[in-house]
Amino acid sequence: MTPDGSSPEGACDPVDDAVLAARLFLVEPTLFGGMVLRGSSPARDALVAAWGEAMDASGRPFRKLPGHVDDERLLGGVDIASSLATGRAVHQRGLLEQCEGGAVVVPMAERMEPRVAGRLAQSVDEGRGPALILLDDAHDADDAPPASLLERCAFHAELGASRAARVDPLGTTGADLDGVAALKPTALEALAATAEALGVASLRPLIFAQSAARAHAALNGRKAAVEEDLAAAARLVLSPRATRLPPMEEEPPPPEEQPPETPPEPGEEENESQQPNPDAPLEETLVEAAKAAIPADLLAALAEGKAPRRVTGGGTGKRRKSGLRGKPLGARQGIPRGGARLALIDTLRAAVPWQEVRRRESGAGREDPIQMRKEDLRVRRFEDKAARVTIFAVDASGSAAAARLAEAKGAVELMLAQAYVTRSEVALVAFRGESAELLLPPTRSLTRARRALSELPGGGGTPLSMGLDAARECAEAVASKGRTPSLVVLTDGRANIARDGQPGRKQAGEDAIASAKALARMGVDAIVIDISARAAREGAALAEAMNARFLALPRADAHQIADAVQAAQPSRQAA
Amino acid sequence: MARFPFSAIVGQDEMKQALLIAAVDPSVGGVMVFGDRGTGKSTAARALAKLLPPITAHANCPYGGSKEDAERYPDVCGGGPLRKRPVPFVDMPLGATEDRVIGSLDLERALRAGEKAFEPGLLAKAHRGFLYIDEINLLEDHLVDLLLDVAASGENVVEREGLSVRHPAKFVLIGSGNPEEGELRPQLLDRFGLSVEVKTPTEIETRIEIMRLVAAQERDPEAFEAQWAAEDEAILKQVARGKNRLEKLEPGEDVLMDAAQLCLAVGADGLRGELTLMRAARALAALKGAKAVRREHLVAIAPSALRHRLRRDVLDETGSTVRITRAIEELFG
Repeated sequence: MTPDGSSPEGACDPVDDAVLAARLFLVEPTLFGGMVLRGSSPARDALVAAWGEAMDASGRPFRKLPGHVDDERLLGGVDIASSLATGRAVHQRGLLEQCEGGAVVVPMAERMEPRVAGRLAQSVDEGRGPALILLDDAHDADDAPPASLLERCAFHAELGASRAARVDPLGTTGADLDGVAALKPTALEALAATAEALGVASLRPLIFAQSAARAHAALNGRKAAVEEDLAAAARLVLSPRATRLPPMEEEPPPPEEQPPETPPEPGEEENESQQPNPDAPLEETLVEAAKAAIPADLLAALAEGKAPRRVTGGGTGKRRKSGLRGKPLGARQGIPRGGARLALIDTLRAAVPWQEVRRRESGAGREDPIQMRKEDLRVRRFEDKAARVTIFAVDASGSAAAARLAEAKGAVELMLAQAYVTRSEVALVAFRGESAELLLPPTRSLTRARRALSELPGGGGTPLSMGLDAARECAEAVASKGRTPSLVVLTDGRANIARDGQPGRKQAGEDAIASAKALARMGVDAIVIDISARAAREGAALAEAMNARFLALPRADAHQIADAVQAAQPSRQAA
Repeated sequence: MARFPFSAIVGQDEMKQALLIAAVDPSVGGVMVFGDRGTGKSTAARALAKLLPPITAHANCPYGGSKEDAERYPDVCGGGPLRKRPVPFVDMPLGATEDRVIGSLDLERALRAGEKAFEPGLLAKAHRGFLYIDEINLLEDHLVDLLLDVAASGENVVEREGLSVRHPAKFVLIGSGNPEEGELRPQLLDRFGLSVEVKTPTEIETRIEIMRLVAAQERDPEAFEAQWAAEDEAILKQVARGKNRLEKLEPGEDVLMDAAQLCLAVGADGLRGELTLMRAARALAALKGAKAVRREHLVAIAPSALRHRLRRDVLDETGSTVRITRAIEELFG
């Protein structure tokens, strides 16, 4: 490794830990499920290359798995092309089977389809399939590889900030895992306590951590795991999964020190807490070591008291209008690839009338197999419903909602309940004070929605334009995933915070209208509901600018609001 | 990889109880397991497969049909001598296509011989056994509808690709999922007989014990399995005995009364709640080797049988389990 020396003394490059994790992994490749490598960087490419060399050297398969791989290729099956060419069934082995005991590299894992993720998770559970090396290039926190796979990969490393350009060969010569004794009860206890302190609830990380500790001991030629091994395991396996900061006397680092534009060096946190105190109990040392290794962005989020979204969210409901499933619509001419499936009967039907002619041409007899041409191939088409995502933009400011916030919340909950019956998704944007926030990215989970709602405070100014902009961003993200957004704005329309965060009724009003017009340009289906006690014309004007329907419901309770929205929404149509 | 033995699973008693009840009496309906990741949901479900007494099936029947099946579906059952075979356990992946689930045209035979033959899918494989779906809440809608229909009717009717096939598909549906990642439609939820909630064990001792056991299993799966074989065998015997005893157990009037009262008190929708409650209580009594179905069985199984059937009031934060426990306390003290 060649860190360029700009990092503070004593701190190491993030790639060092990733290299260590890779070496632990190589001690026994079937034990750790895989590794998540976040952030594109030369270091990551170098690590993957070194990894591939090490796997090659030990005779284990190491392949790339594109995210769009189809089931036939993944699991094996009949090779349609060669079957048609030869007239007999030709079987091919699937990628998972071919890579048994090896590893597959999945680029752009955050874009992986749930169907592929399901297969991979199952293969990891069975313990036979290849280990997964997930390359995660996600930019925002809501985009992440499927949670089911994150959970099943022992190691997570953040390499976006790494300055290393080269990675030494990943040698694991002489490491004898079987020679390492099982962890002592005190060691298990320390790992469990560390997980507890970091808020790691799942049991899988714990199991990974103890294997990692033993592998680390094996790498260092020890017969039993010592404190250093446990610390490495805690650092590599438990830290990236932290959901809270361990209780500490010292202040957590203030988040302002880390401007989000420049990814900070995670190494900066590693100051005196790195030195183990010889008198401290084992678990305290481990917690210290683990805390020091919590990735910087996660640390900042935790210090602000936000639970990281990455941990809970993930591959949920990222369904696309794919045309690969749904109700069958009939077949059309085409080549079965890219997931499109062969419509066999239609293909045969297309080929049959030509058989006489073709036999004559090729001089084949009646006993010979049916002759297929490329133009005979038919693929199936499916009708798929574009999932609807209802985005609620809730005005939680003092002016509109202080008295009515409870009704608004109740209405949102009722609509959520309705939404999950119809399998549509909901998102929630709230605006108050000087900001607007996407409280709930599109989800189908009532549990998460209810939590987000109950945590929603009221009061403050009305930054209406910010709220509308946030809603528009969410709608754009939804639309880009092939789903249909529809917007429900609950407000009184009386904006008093402008887009730049300055108070002022006039500017705020103009900004709000501008934001509303941007929504109208996008063509998103919207409805504005004025729930204040006395409806004013601002709400109606806003709705007009937004090209939305307007409802004034001054005395409605939660049920009435929900019913009104339901009635006003266009009927759910198949797209 | 060798499966983790059922008896070696630490804690999670409610889930284990529900799975065993479904094994004793499949007519209870499936089991839905809700819980966070890494709580042993899949481990328990998959371990169940080994705990079931073998079934007798016609050797040539692609569906593992019994004698009754052969009479009912003479066209599809291949017949042949009756042989013992293990209970099927099908692990259905989230990404399964419709073809693989319901079955499709046998491509190989169609290509080679131009024959229109049916290649059975996962539903056929699961006949008389278990169909396990991890993350069922993320399953595609049209697959969920299809599963519902087949699970309810006990047979799979295929009318596509020029095929017209009807074959038996009676299975116990076991689903698991994390409610944080999406709810299950109430229509589907209601079809599950039992629903259990699993939580990550929080006591350090339990967590350490689990780590210890998993490490031992990873180091030497065969030895570990052998070590727990006796206990797994005991459970298998218990299930087999329970299955035999089931016929003889008939809940008395008093227990029926209790069940009706309880359902009324918690406001469980529909008759399915009462039926499941009765069946589950009977299966539990059979499993425990009791001479009669008693109130204690009913109370023990009530949360699993009813928690997913309560009318949901989204504005009420009180958990279903709490409401059931409260009703039990008020009714039966």
